[in-house]
Amino acid sequence: MNAAPHDSDRPVVHAAREQVARLLALVPYLHSRGEVRLVDAAAALGVDPEQLDRDLRVLFMCGLPGGFPDDLINVDLDALEGERIIRVDNADYLARPVSFAPSEAAALVVALRALAQSAAPETRDVVRRTLAKFEAAGQTAAAERVHVETAPEPGSELVPSLQQAIDHGHQLELDYHVASRDEHSTRVVEPRALTRVGDATYLDAWCHTAGGDRVFRLDRILRATELDTPVSEQASRTRELGSGWFADEGSATTVTVRLAPPAHWVTEYYPVTETRPGPSGSLDVDLEVASEAWLRQLLFRVAPHARVVAPREFAESFTASAREAVRLYTGPGVR
Amino acid sequence: MASDKAERLLNLYIMLLAQTRFVSKQDIRRAHYADYPDTERGDEAFEKAFERDKDDLRELGVVIEVGSLDAFFDDEPGYRISTDTSALPEIRFEADEAAVLGIAARAWEQATLARRTTEAMRKLTAQGVEVDSARLDLVPPSLRAEEPAFDAFWDATQKRRVVTFDYKRPGEQPRKRRLQPWGVVRSSGRWYVVGHDVDRDAERVFRLSRVQGRVSGVGKAGAYDVPPGTDVSAIAANLAPRTPDVEATVLVRQRAGVGLRRRASRVEEDVAGPDEESGWDRLVITGPGSDLAGEVLTYGASVVVEAPEELRADVLARLQAILEQEGVTR
Repeated sequence: MNAAPHDSDRPVVHAAREQVARLLALVPYLHSRGEVRLVDAAAALGVDPEQLDRDLRVLFMCGLPGGFPDDLINVDLDALEGERIIRVDNADYLARPVSFAPSEAAALVVALRALAQSAAPETRDVVRRTLAKFEAAGQTAAAERVHVETAPEPGSELVPSLQQAIDHGHQLELDYHVASRDEHSTRVVEPRALTRVGDATYLDAWCHTAGGDRVFRLDRILRATELDTPVSEQASRTRELGSGWFADEGSATTVTVRLAPPAHWVTEYYPVTETRPGPSGSLDVDLEVASEAWLRQLLFRVAPHARVVAPREFAESFTASAREAVRLYTGPGVR
Repeated sequence: MASDKAERLLNLYIMLLAQTRFVSKQDIRRAHYADYPDTERGDEAFEKAFERDKDDLRELGVVIEVGSLDAFFDDEPGYRISTDTSALPEIRFEADEAAVLGIAARAWEQATLARRTTEAMRKLTAQGVEVDSARLDLVPPSLRAEEPAFDAFWDATQKRRVVTFDYKRPGEQPRKRRLQPWGVVRSSGRWYVVGHDVDRDAERVFRLSRVQGRVSGVGKAGAYDVPPGTDVSAIAANLAPRTPDVEATVLVRQRAGVGLRRRASRVEEDVAGPDEESGWDRLVITGPGSDLAGEVLTYGASVVVEAPEELRADVLARLQAILEQEGVTR
């Protein structure tokens, strides 16, 4: 059964609140700088310049209660419209940014803690120093209600050496594991950049062995050696790494798997498209399977609590590999 | 429309910030809510709008102090905002620390918290922190939350507000639960909420992926206290009780089993294996007893357990069970 869309999924728009949030950051930003070009302020605060222009026209209407012209914040509209420069006066009481809301502090502190867990030992220190400053400023209380367990990512220990090769402009020799075939190969690549997509980190490179652009998952790189050979222009070609980067190789097959109760957790861990009750407390689930090797690994992991109902060939090939594995234990010449 | 409301919010903020004394609700109404008529319905509409505006300011990080205007009559509340509690404390960061902030700010992939982080970073920029995302040798961790219920539980946890929701264990009918959330926890790629189950009067942990439909807040924020000494991370640690580590010796086909090779403490290459189809290596690996069998099994016919005997027997029994349920005669 597919999850029905929830009301709570709908994004809630808080246009006014967000506008005030931007203004309460803009004024202190300007305060220490005098006048700033609209585009510069927009870039620093991560706001669209046109939006910032509209925000300023609201600021212009605000000020101390009393209703005298002197009470209002002064925005130099001529400068804004002419030279696209922001000048704001009479707003000294807004000179300091508003404190972090609990959620803001918690989001940032949780991110820093996760970074401290995943960082290589050489960089962990600076993350800890940064966190200590939040702690000293009393900004970590809200984060106590959140705990994120990030196991150190396999392969993250390679980041400094890979980054170094990229910085030096040197080629790399990689021992790389191809998961779908459970095999590894040695290849020479021209590294471009490290990128994170989804929950994994990748090395983007031009691969000499494959004669084309390839991405390598860090947790599948067994060994990386920086060579003295400089990279060619292949590495300097920048690539736009969008979401279509990992177009599925080949199409997916719908596979129906029967899960006995000890394997029901699979429905929460993998995207299942359909769930139906099966015999004696089991669940029949449909999975879109792009790689049979992946399915086989899953079935083995929960063995013997999952079996393929359809298609027949998948069931047969899984049984065949199970038989092959049993033979390793029971065949002649073992141990 | 939006700009009228934005103007009112900002003016309200400035009015309360500029005062050292508490400001009465009447003065606030006269200054910023003059449109609301002096009727019963107008009063009601004003109260509602004022409550919402205060909530909006609080969401921005503003602390609104409520106090008595008159030492002798405490029935008329007054409001003020003090720089002591509402201004961002001065934090100075070194250049490398600012770079760390820039990287951490990219960690959240969950939309709401990504936005919260952006807002926090904007306040730091306003304070003069120059966030130079110049590269450090750091890749941001990825903090995700695919569970639709995440936002609601995060928010309720931060506000200490009771929530109700339908909770469905696999194979069971959904049941309505009432919870005082103490904290949210991510463990092994899933989010959980820890709290006090009001109906069962006990500490409970719920898996967010099992929450069905909408999570509704009930009553006011700050409605309960998290028991002192509650350690959300300790409760989280109990979620996945680890069995003691076991050291195992396994034979692995050459050029296979990379996950095991990566964490092997000892490797002996080119040893005698159970078949001649490939060369074999002997690996020593350590892991929690409960997980090891499942992990070894995923490699199918590429890995064989040599020792300990219980692990070997367990893996073999599970493999044979696959064949038995398929009715295959061996």
